[in-house]
Order: sequence, then structure tokens, then C-alpha cells
Amino acid sequence: MHRTRFFDHLILLLGAAFLVTPVLVAFMTSTHTAADIHMNGLSLMPGGHGVETYHKVLTQRGGFTGEVTGARMLMNSTILGLGFAVGKIVLSMMAAYALVYFRFRFATAIFWMIFTTLLLPLEVRIMPSYQVMSDLHLLNTYTGLIVPLLASATGTFYFRQFFKSVPDELLEAARIDGAGPVRFFIDILVPLSRTMMAAIFIIMFVYGWNQYLWPMLMTTEERFFTLMRGIKSILQVWIGSQIPDYNEAFALAVLAMLPPVAVVVVFQRMFIKGLTESDK
Amino acid sequence: MTDTSLPDTPTRLRRWLDSLRSAPAKRVQFDRPLTPWAFVLPQLLVVGVFFYWPSVQAVTSSFYIEDPFGFGATFVGLENYQTVLASGEYRSIAGFTLFFAGLVTALALGAGLLLAVKADAVIRGSAHYKTSLISVYAIAPPVAGLIGMMFFDMHIGPFVTLAGWFGWQMQVGIDYWDTVLALVLVSVWKQIPYNFIFFLSGLQSVPVSVREAAAIDCRSGWRRFYTVTLPLLAPTAFFLLIINVTYALFDTFGIIDVMVKDKPANNPITLVYKVYLDGFKGNDIGGSAAQSVILMGVVFALTILQFRFLEKRIHYG
Amino acid sequence: MMAELSISQVSKLYAGGVRAVSDVTLHVGDGEFIVLVGPSGCGKSTLLRMVAGLEDISAGEIAIGGRVVNRLDPAERDIAMVFQNYALYPHMSVRENMAYGLKNRRMPRDEIAARVAEAAQMLELGPYLDRKPRALSGGQRQRVAMGRAVVRQPAAFLFDEPLSNLDAKLRVSMRGEIRKLQKRLGTTALYVTHDQLEAMTLADRLVVLNGGQVEQVGSPLEVYHRPASTFVASFIGAPAMSLLDAHVEGGQVMLAGQALARVARPDGAVTLGLRAEDLHMVAPGQGVALQVDYIEELGAQRLVHGLVEGQALCIALPPGVALPPVLHVGAAPERLHLFDAITGRRFTARTSAQSGALV
Repeated sequence: MHRTRFFDHLILLLGAAFLVTPVLVAFMTSTHTAADIHMNGLSLMPGGHGVETYHKVLTQRGGFTGEVTGARMLMNSTILGLGFAVGKIVLSMMAAYALVYFRFRFATAIFWMIFTTLLLPLEVRIMPSYQVMSDLHLLNTYTGLIVPLLASATGTFYFRQFFKSVPDELLEAARIDGAGPVRFFIDILVPLSRTMMAAIFIIMFVYGWNQYLWPMLMTTEERFFTLMRGIKSILQVWIGSQIPDYNEAFALAVLAMLPPVAVVVVFQRMFIKGLTESDK
Repeated sequence: MTDTSLPDTPTRLRRWLDSLRSAPAKRVQFDRPLTPWAFVLPQLLVVGVFFYWPSVQAVTSSFYIEDPFGFGATFVGLENYQTVLASGEYRSIAGFTLFFAGLVTALALGAGLLLAVKADAVIRGSAHYKTSLISVYAIAPPVAGLIGMMFFDMHIGPFVTLAGWFGWQMQVGIDYWDTVLALVLVSVWKQIPYNFIFFLSGLQSVPVSVREAAAIDCRSGWRRFYTVTLPLLAPTAFFLLIINVTYALFDTFGIIDVMVKDKPANNPITLVYKVYLDGFKGNDIGGSAAQSVILMGVVFALTILQFRFLEKRIHYG
Repeated sequence: MMAELSISQVSKLYAGGVRAVSDVTLHVGDGEFIVLVGPSGCGKSTLLRMVAGLEDISAGEIAIGGRVVNRLDPAERDIAMVFQNYALYPHMSVRENMAYGLKNRRMPRDEIAARVAEAAQMLELGPYLDRKPRALSGGQRQRVAMGRAVVRQPAAFLFDEPLSNLDAKLRVSMRGEIRKLQKRLGTTALYVTHDQLEAMTLADRLVVLNGGQVEQVGSPLEVYHRPASTFVASFIGAPAMSLLDAHVEGGQVMLAGQALARVARPDGAVTLGLRAEDLHMVAPGQGVALQVDYIEELGAQRLVHGLVEGQALCIALPPGVALPPVLHVGAAPERLHLFDAITGRRFTARTSAQSGALV
């Protein structure tokens, strides 16, 4: 059945090239000087100026206030990615636990309340969300950056599905073994969910790291800028300059995509499993 | 951005509804009055403050016109909606959004399916293909936009050079249709891995026995794909259809924002981008809110479409 | 430690009005091995789970060791349970699995270690103590599940179809081990199964349940030889007892025009029960004629299935006897079982031989 043909490989090679080449080019080009790029265009070969470009991007204070460096943005993106992933897992695991393992009044109502959040993406309520943040004085804070993004049921949904697939007998055995709700959660359910947590962590880290619109609105102070926000500003600076800092823009792009891409590639198996199986 | 990195809204909604119908989640549950509240409260608080409050505000402010200097608001009923819907600009943006979403979805789905079928067919090197085809998944839309811009840059962009050989003066960011081309290409590029992952996993879950039965029953590979594999992939494809439309509508925001460089005047933009422009740049709070509510309606419609219409025709293997 | 278990007029009603268990009363003596047996949906598991505290008791009272436990948490009932799918904690080693319940009751560390070691030795789990359940075979997992129950030193063991997930051969050997272990520890046990053979071989007393009600309680032989109803008769024993429509006429049990035995019953329809091994061949002209349908060879014996006036009857015969297409069969009168044709309950009136009857 699996007659491998030349044609199959050709299509795959073309597809892989189409997807990967831009990333490679971005990296290779970032190691050339701006003038070099301006003269010769994009490059698939490494240049000799990678170290100085990345050093400059990471340490040079940019922006109007001179408060932000690439390293700072890298840190902020990490905080956003990690904070979002951890927050999401903690909140949604707890909520899913309550919904699956407890009999209590209003459980159905609460379920619907949480689940309705799947219907409206943040973009369509971006203005009022900004207003609320402003009213709560959360603009330019890490809390304001992370917490509102947690207001969606994705994780809860995943964990709910997962908990429902955990055999009933485990809870029964644990109850006979004298475990109460909290102990069961900590001793049994959390360790059992490790794989699931890891998969969701990867997905959520990538999602948090890649946030663009929300950080752009929430952070007007440069010390809170993330890499995504930095990409926006580096382009704004370009307007009117003689030779744009192509190399620095590429270096920033590489910094912005390296961590999520690395995480996805390294934990590929787990990531795919989390992505495709948790929605069953 | 929307979570299209995850199976999004409508599909999850359906699955969740299905799971809701089934009897109690567990045969045995804890019976404590307070403990569940302690577990669910953090999520409820976050959802209440950061979802319900703003959502309600979006709906309310769509009925008001806010004074540009911040001195209160006037109730105007449906006037904001009338203004929005009567505006030729809004209509043409809506038209473009539809065109854009359709094109991106079709291309990204087609390419994803083609690559998945081929990756499923080859044995040698399949792990490498897989890794390279998946890696781009994790790239953020604005980064994709930035890279795309470089490729379409008027000085250094290889695509511009390429077009130049054919006498085409490509001017992305200035010429409307050139920008459309770049936007579509970048948006498709960014979305292929997602479709690839799901199609491949869908293909690999087709039981070996079914493949073998098909191989015995049907000699032509293409026919076999068309009559056996494709119908079995239908649920995946439909799920991805919704995801891709959602992606094209909402997640491409970052790509557009980077590529039109805040010069939307003569550039293609989508409805979501218009919401953002009117709300934050144009200070038209009421109009932006009305547009938000219209978009909410679109999301609901997508959901219902999935529930009522297409779902019925799909065979689940 | 006295560990009697008493179940008094216990019922289980579900929200939809379904009565899963109705009015069950059962007294289990200290150290007794009781098997609840019945087809699926008969309420046996529900009853067990009510004893465990995993299901609310809708009505009635359950007492363990003289203490009413209706309102107590499972952990406070002094019971241990073995589940069909083992329900081992997959992330814990065998040792941790067994120790978990003891840890939760804040037992001193060295005592936990001692108990785990003892149970491991008893169940031959010593080499596996540090393995995770996934690295064990089905039989080993089942032992761990039993070990987890044993270390608790509970007043009662509750077994919920513990052998159903094992293959046939292992099931037989584990059956023996469970029995030995329970006798050795002298712990009261309540065991649920749908397998009548398992029930017969394990039980001190069987409780046959049907539709949420107790059909019969008794020792395996009692239940086998004096089934209280057609349900019990057809459920216990393999091959199943043949049940035929017969009638009483002038104090005689009549089947296919033949008088089989004398009985003190008024005339009318009855259900006649015949065990395959109680039937034997008689000379033509005597007994009832059995039209042979098909034969199952079991080696030590053969089961001949046939029809008596259109009703199925099975007879066990020694191997190697030539079989004509029509057999004439009879049974000793005291081996006949008579049941009410409508209620299916057993008649207590004895059957006896009569002059000229087939012997």
C-alpha cells in the first residue's frame, strides 16, 4: 500500500521548503550587516556579524525613554508565556475539578458561565476590556498583562474532558483509603494529569508568548514591552530612516520565535498529543 | 487573540454540549457544600471581571455615542448600528474580510491536506518532514508578518525582485492588491502547520483494517482516497474549516497590523482590524462597540452553522 | 475483633424512580464468606457499594461490627474494597499503593512498613514493591489490589467482580488464592460476581439476587440442590437445569403423558425442573421420549440436548454409549424439582416414588 514515489517526496520537500525557508532566511540574514542586506538582499548564507547584532539587540536601550532592551523584552515575553501557562493550568484544573468531582448547587449554571467564554474572542471585546483594565488601574502591570487572558474556558474544557476519562474507581478507592477532596486532588489527580499538564503547558506557553494585541494595548510603558510589542516599535522607528536596521529587525524576529518554536519542536510528540487528543 | 491555536469555539462548543448531555460526570462525587466553591471561585472571578463585565459593556456602549472629550454619553438606540451598516467603507471591508477568509481557508486547508496525505504515505524521512512542517506553528502572527514584509520589501524582498522579472512593480503596503497577495500568502504560510497536524493525526487514526479493506476493494489510489479516506477525514476537515475561518477573521490581526504599518487608508484590512482602528485610533467608542457586537453575531452564526447545517451531512467513522 | 455485617431492609431508589435494590435483609457472621451472585443489573454491585459507602442508602440500615454505618464516609467504615479494574493509583509504586490508605490514617511509619512487608510476603509481591502498576501483569495487579485491602486489616473485605478482567486460567488460580487468604485472615468477606461457578466455589453462603431482590440465601449445595425458584434453578449450575411445562393430575406429575412421581398437589400446571446429571436412559416404553437435537462432547461426559414434545431438555450421559435418535429417559422421583407455573417458586411438597413408576 505504501508505495513511496518520487512525486510524494517532491511535494513534501517543496512544502517543507516553503514553510522553513523564510525562518532560515530570517536567521541567516540577521547575521549580516544592515548595509550588506540593503545592497545584496536576503541571504541563505550566514554572515559574520551575528554576535554583534544580537548583542546590540539584546542590550541596546531603545525606545523613547531608553528603558527597554531586547533582554528586557525577552524577559517580559517569558513572564507572559510562563505566567499565562501556569495561571491557565492552575485556574482551569481547579475549576474542572470542582465541576467534575462535586455535586453542588449551581454547578450547571457555573459550567455554562465558564463555557460561554469560548464564544467570544478577546478581539471583539477589546475596547471594553481595555476600559475595565483602565478602571481597575491595571494598565502597565504584569497582572493586567496576564490575568485577563485567562478569562477563557479552553483549559477548563481540556481538564474537564481529561478528568472525565479518569476511571471512577480511582476516586472510590481513594475515598475508601481515607482521602478527602483536597487530598485526592493533590495526591492522585494532579500526579495523574502530569502528561496532560505538560501538553497544555506547551500549548499555553506558545499562546501566551505570541500574544500581540493585548500587550500592545495594555503596556504603554516601555519597561513592560514584550518582544511582540518590540517588533511593532522597531517598524515604527523605520519610517523615514535611510537604511532600515534590517538585521536588527530579523534578530528580534528570531528572538521572538526561537523559544516557542524550540519548545514545539523539542516536545513535538507531547504537543501534538495535547493538541489533537484533548479535543476528543 | 482568539485561541485558534486550540480547537476553537464552535467545535469545542459542540463537544462540550455533547458532554453536558451525558449523565453526571462521575458515578460518585464529593458532597461538600463549600469545597467546590473554593476550587471554582478563582476562575469565576477572572471570567466575571474580565469576560462578562467587558462583554456587557460592549453591548451597552453600542447603544451610546460617547462624547469625544469624555463628557458623558448619549443614548442613541440603534443609530450606531445604522451608521456602521450604511457605511460603504464598512461594507467593502466586510466584503474583503469574506474574500480573505475564504481564500486563506481554502489555500491553508488544501495545502495542509496535501502535505498530510503525502507525509502519511512516505516512510523514509517522515519524521524529518513532520518536524519541519510543524515548526512554523509556533511563530506568532506579527513575527510572520515581519518576515513576510521582508520578503515583500521594495528594496530587499526576493518576491519583489521575482515579480520585477515579469515587469510587475510590486508595491506591498501601497498597492491594494499587492498587499492582499502578501497578506494571504503570509496568513496561509502561518496556518498550514496547524492543518497539517490535524489532518495527519486524522489520517493516522484511520484503522489499518479499513485501509487494507479499501486496498482490496479499490485499485485506483486516487479513487480510494476520494471514496474512503476523504469521507473518514470529513469530521477533521469540518472542524478545521471552522478553525481556519476563525483564524482568518481574528488571528490574522497581528499579520495585518505589521504589514499595513498603521497606514490602513488604502490597504486591505479585516473587520476586526476595523474595530480596533475605530475604537483606539478613531475614538469612535459606540461605532466600534456596534461592530464588536456584529462580530459576536458572526461567531454565533458560525456556531449555529456547525450545529444545524453541515454537521448532519458528515459521516463519522 | 467481631466483624459481623448486618443489612436490614435496605433499598436503593434512584432519582428516576428505578428501584435497584429492594428490601434486602442479610446477616453475615464473623469470618463468613458471602457471595452476591446474579445477572448484570440485579443490584448486587449496588448493594456492595452501599455497604462500602459509595452509594447512599435510600432505606434500611447497614451495620458493620455492630456499628450503624449509614452516615459514615467510606474511610470510616472499616472496610476495604477490591475493584474489578483494580483501581490502582498508576503513579504510585506497589508499596505506595498499599501504604496510601494507612498514611491517610496517620499510622506510624514503621507500622506501615511492617504491614506492607507482611502483606507483600503473603501475596508474593516482595520483588515488585517498587514497580509501578503498569509494569505488572493482570494477575500481579490483582494481588496488589488485594494487598491494599489486606494491609488495612479491615472488619470486612468487599470484592466487586475482582476476577472479571483476568483470563480464564488465572481466574481459577486467583479464586483459590482469594479463598485461602480469606480463611487464613478470618476476615468477613462480601463478594460480588455474575459467574455462578465462582460463586459456588468461593462462598460459605450464596445470595442469589434478581431484579434487586433476594431470590435465595444458602450454602452452595443447598442452592444447587434445592433452588428456591426457577430463576435460581436456571442461574446456578452448568449446564442449566432444564425447565419444562408439566402438570399434576390425580396426585401425579405428568410429562409427555408419563407419570413421573407422586406429589401432594392439586391438579394443574407446574414447572418441572430436571438437572442433566439426574437423568438417565431407561428402556423403550418407559420414561419420556427425547428427540436428540445435538450433542456436546465434554470428554468425561457428554451432554445430549433434545426435545420432549417440543420442550428443551438436556441430559448428561457417560461417553461411549451408542445414541439412537430417540432416547428414553427417566429420573428418580426425589430428584425432580417442582415450581409454581406462575410465580416460579419452589413447591415444598416432596415428590416420591410410586408403584410402577420409572426408576
